Amino acid sequence: MPELIDESMVVLDLQAQDKDSAVHVLAERLALAGRVTDMEQFLADVRAREQVMATGLEGGIGIPHARSSAVTSPSLAFGRSRSRVDFGAGDGPADLIFLIAAPADGGAEHMTILASLARRLVHGSFLESLRSLASPTEVAELINREVGG
Amino acid sequence: MRIVAVTSCPTGIAHTYMAAEALEEAARAAGDTIEVETQGAAGMTKLAPETIAAADVVVLAADVEVRERERFGGKPIVEVAVSTAINSAAAVLEEARSKLASSGSAEPAPRSATPPVTPVAAAGFGTRLRQWLMTGVSYMIPFVAAGGILIAVSFIIAGPQVAMAVNGGVFHGVHYAGASSITAIYHTAGIGGVLFEIGGIAFSMLVPILAGFIAYGMADRQGLVPGVIGGLIAVDVHAGFLGGIIAGLLAGATVRLILKVPVPRVISGMMPIVVVPLISATVVGVLMLLVIGNPVSFVMTEITNWLNGLSGANAIGLGALLGLMMAFDMGGPVNKVAYTFAVAGLASGGIGGQKVMAAVMAAGMVPPLALALATVVRRSLFSDAERKAGEAAWLLGASFITEGAIPFAAADPLRVIPSIMAGSAVTGALSMAFSASSPAPHGGIWVVGLLGHWPLWILAIAAGTLVGCACVIALKSLRRSTPTPVPVVSLLEVANA
Repeated sequence: MPELIDESMVVLDLQAQDKDSAVHVLAERLALAGRVTDMEQFLADVRAREQVMATGLEGGIGIPHARSSAVTSPSLAFGRSRSRVDFGAGDGPADLIFLIAAPADGGAEHMTILASLARRLVHGSFLESLRSLASPTEVAELINREVGG
Repeated sequence: MRIVAVTSCPTGIAHTYMAAEALEEAARAAGDTIEVETQGAAGMTKLAPETIAAADVVVLAADVEVRERERFGGKPIVEVAVSTAINSAAAVLEEARSKLASSGSAEPAPRSATPPVTPVAAAGFGTRLRQWLMTGVSYMIPFVAAGGILIAVSFIIAGPQVAMAVNGGVFHGVHYAGASSITAIYHTAGIGGVLFEIGGIAFSMLVPILAGFIAYGMADRQGLVPGVIGGLIAVDVHAGFLGGIIAGLLAGATVRLILKVPVPRVISGMMPIVVVPLISATVVGVLMLLVIGNPVSFVMTEITNWLNGLSGANAIGLGALLGLMMAFDMGGPVNKVAYTFAVAGLASGGIGGQKVMAAVMAAGMVPPLALALATVVRRSLFSDAERKAGEAAWLLGASFITEGAIPFAAADPLRVIPSIMAGSAVTGALSMAFSASSPAPHGGIWVVGLLGHWPLWILAIAAGTLVGCACVIALKSLRRSTPTPVPVVSLLEVANA
């Protein structure tokens, strides 16, 4: 199973006006990396999840996500937006966007890596590091190290 | 303070674990002990019964129904949306502390002394209704697939007369006595008859399973008993799968109401095993038999009379009407009225009856076919479960097993039923217009060799399938383009801020 994220799935200067285009940009990175086989299907599944309830959380983070048959392995695309993108959180738009992709038929072991990612997301120090790191390689390394250990 | 918590969210990959981590951190900071059960995709480690027994208070941070919530009966419970637990875990624990304080004192504290625990509606009612229906449907689909394919295979093995060989009746001028008892099936009807019977028994469970697991989705394990009983009664009073949906919702709502009644601790242990099943089954059973059964059988009689009076009218109009009826409830009472009308016509002899039979059979094949086609043409409009049901629906539709469309209709009745009615009406009308005729009462594509004007008959089916498919895609796409409703949670949070 490949690592959760590599530097090609990190966008440090995300240009997007709204959450649909932000998700689109990040999903394209997943598709280029071979993690998503069918963009249209994956985007539809993410949209369906967004419709159930917005995924913005307080503290400036957005976590669009879906389990989808178009996903090959648990993956994360990460985007940092200077202009911020609204994901429907109570305290305003998000500057850190995590697009989480889970395979539809993934067994429990597949999913533990995503569970461990989700648990890191509530730690302020982890988020601050992601705000300050300068290169995609550093970001990918930090995330893989944190969810692995 | 000793806390047990359950976190759960719609997808089960992100919020569930964020909320668990946030609650654990907050408990550590406040010096409380906590154990969290994450009901997510990465497997689920259940809270040990002794951990629950030792806990002072229960926190449920969930946007979907918490599984096995009756385990927490008798404990003070704080319920919040999963995002509330992530954003303000410390405040949730404070709420738990005051709830514990108010429930622990011998004299209940005056309401105003404790901050009210805001019951947060986790999702809009429409979303929750769809979740409940989908729960029922996802448990029912394997029954449709197993039963439907067995019946289809029995037609392939034993030919179109297998239904008569098992149940008795006249087919193609041959009189079949039918199997005298269930154990005699093999001798009278062969292995095809055995498969037909097994398939029929699987089908007889569709409505009870649907009703039972709709109620399970609403009220967890305790919903199952009144739901299944209500579903069996729905079959008994000929209320079909629509009656089953009513029974399931009724059962779930009844159990939820019963659980709202405060009971002394002595009785609370008996609630899930004796009291709730007894009361809820009685309430649901009485309502289904006395209140819902009569109107349905009244409507049934009216429809039969009306239909018999109508047979002289324009043949194409009759074909369209029978098509509408075949698709309306997919194997339910209205469908059976149309089907019985056709079979009765067949028995009376003459080419007129055979034409009606061909129209009814064609119209009954269209709903599963149209939906199977739609899942291929626009995959993204359907859930994974529905796409899998779509694969089975090809065979079910081709075998004239209209029930293959039920999973789709139960999940989204207001968009699916009108669409397939339109498709079946087109097919029924065309079949009559083409003067297609069928001497066989069942069998679908497997008896095509017996039909008169069969190429045109297949054309009529194809046309209706395309119409039904186009309608269902159009109606479902309409929903997708509507703006996202503002979640109730964020409104409440704003109101509380």
